[in-house]
Amino acid sequence: MTEARPFSDISYEKYLSEDKLMGSRCKECESLFVPPRPICIKCRSSNMEWVQMKGTGQLVAFTCISVGPPFMVAEGYNRKNPYCSGVVELSEGPRVDARIEGVDAKRPETISVGMPLKVRFLHRGEGENGRTYLAFEAM
Amino acid sequence: MKKRRKLGRGVAIVGAGMSKFGMFRDKNSKDLFTEAFNEMVASVEKGMDIQSIDALYLGNFSNDFFMHQSHWGPIISDLIGIAPKPATRTEGACASSAMAFREGVFAIASGFYDMVLVGGVEEMSKRTTEEVAEGLALATVPYEGQAGFTFPGVFGAIATAYFKKYGATREHLMNVTIKSHSNAPLNPKAQFKSTIKDMMNSKRESLKKKGVPEPEWRDEKDFLRDPGVNPPVAWPMHLYDCCPISDGASCMLLVAEEIAKNFTDDPIYVVGLGQGSGRGLHACEDLTYFEATRYAAEEAYGLSGLKPEDIQFAEVHDCFSIAEILHMEDLGFFKAGQGYKAVEEGLTRLDGPKPINTSGGLKCKGHPVGATGISQLYEVWTQLRGKAGQRQVPIKDLRIGGAHNLGGTGGTCTFTILERR
Repeated sequence: MTEARPFSDISYEKYLSEDKLMGSRCKECESLFVPPRPICIKCRSSNMEWVQMKGTGQLVAFTCISVGPPFMVAEGYNRKNPYCSGVVELSEGPRVDARIEGVDAKRPETISVGMPLKVRFLHRGEGENGRTYLAFEAM
Repeated sequence: MKKRRKLGRGVAIVGAGMSKFGMFRDKNSKDLFTEAFNEMVASVEKGMDIQSIDALYLGNFSNDFFMHQSHWGPIISDLIGIAPKPATRTEGACASSAMAFREGVFAIASGFYDMVLVGGVEEMSKRTTEEVAEGLALATVPYEGQAGFTFPGVFGAIATAYFKKYGATREHLMNVTIKSHSNAPLNPKAQFKSTIKDMMNSKRESLKKKGVPEPEWRDEKDFLRDPGVNPPVAWPMHLYDCCPISDGASCMLLVAEEIAKNFTDDPIYVVGLGQGSGRGLHACEDLTYFEATRYAAEEAYGLSGLKPEDIQFAEVHDCFSIAEILHMEDLGFFKAGQGYKAVEEGLTRLDGPKPINTSGGLKCKGHPVGATGISQLYEVWTQLRGKAGQRQVPIKDLRIGGAHNLGGTGGTCTFTILERR
């Protein structure tokens, strides 16, 4: 698992583009961070290692957004077609912000805190402009 | 590890001013600051010499983005004629001017300056709603933005976590909106000056005139449940859960305590001062409170020797309805999970035992982000001096009030306590 990639946002996003959800684990106190941190905020050590997440978790908070930022509007989301964003607690413990797919954002009452989710990688754009968004979908 | 804080010497507020808040096509940041500054000068009962101001601390979040103009410190120091005295800009998203206030207090408390002007300004309404949303989202944590979160979205998500943990519902949030709107008509500087009931009645009238079948709204909550008038923005946040886009400015004159009486017989003293920083949503173990607010509150209570029950009234950062509930709990006014019940029971109304957001709050007064922190302190100052007119808090012997300001997704939170002696 150990690789030379720095424990940075750029590395995190590169891993996402390879369909991997990665975090950093402190070798001193075993605290786990997703997205990765270069410095452990529990024991302040910089002795970290990469760990891959299983990609399962549960929804701890969510919202169905009708008025989104330009990049979401460009994907066709609007007042008539809202999308869901949420905070997901991974099976390994850490929490991540993610888009929530496979739910009916027009009917938020059908979405619930606690629902089990699995990871999905949304690849958008090509080449230089390509990027991957972290998403989770209902199991 | 908690350290007991103290100020090197006391600091008092001897004057304050605030522009009207709203959307002004024909006024820019300089015009708005001039309005606030002139009122501040006139408010100093025994007079002041503008040339005696030693320095300016100015809160501004993002006129860089909104107006394509940065570096507002010297623009304002030149405007009011104090250049070449130093001007320092502070940026902490929506808490930018509470930070300016704090820096001004430190500058005097250290003995470096005797008289400091602190203020805030923001000009937002000349951009489209989408552009403003994009500009404000610059203050989220990067991972939130990538997940599609907007600010209403962040607070919508926080609401779902709060609902789940404490059993509150959207209906409870409506109580916050109705309460804020009942204070707003009493504030001549507020952006919205109508109660929800008045809005409901005027909407009913306008529909009647158009020949549309009259809606069956039995009361204010019925009105707020109607997606036709109160559509979702980021469920469960609806239009009436959200503060508006605003332009405005605010300022205050701070002096060393020992010279305060040279300016007024009724100075208001800074007794509590706290600021904390926070993490993004993903790094919070519990989304139903803001760690940064709790830290700021502890610092402010520690400095003042006061307790939450000593704060007779407060302005708290109600950028969204759910936020007001969280802040009241974080500041210790109500226990965790009890804030929504307190609002329901009317405890936070103007005539209740703990009035909250007597100004109408960000929801109704408006939220020109860089000006908000000092506008909250302006409200507390006005109330403590008994000059709030129709919205005067009816508590006898009003002595102590607080102001809580929040920036970003809780990234910067402040709590300030003022006292009348």
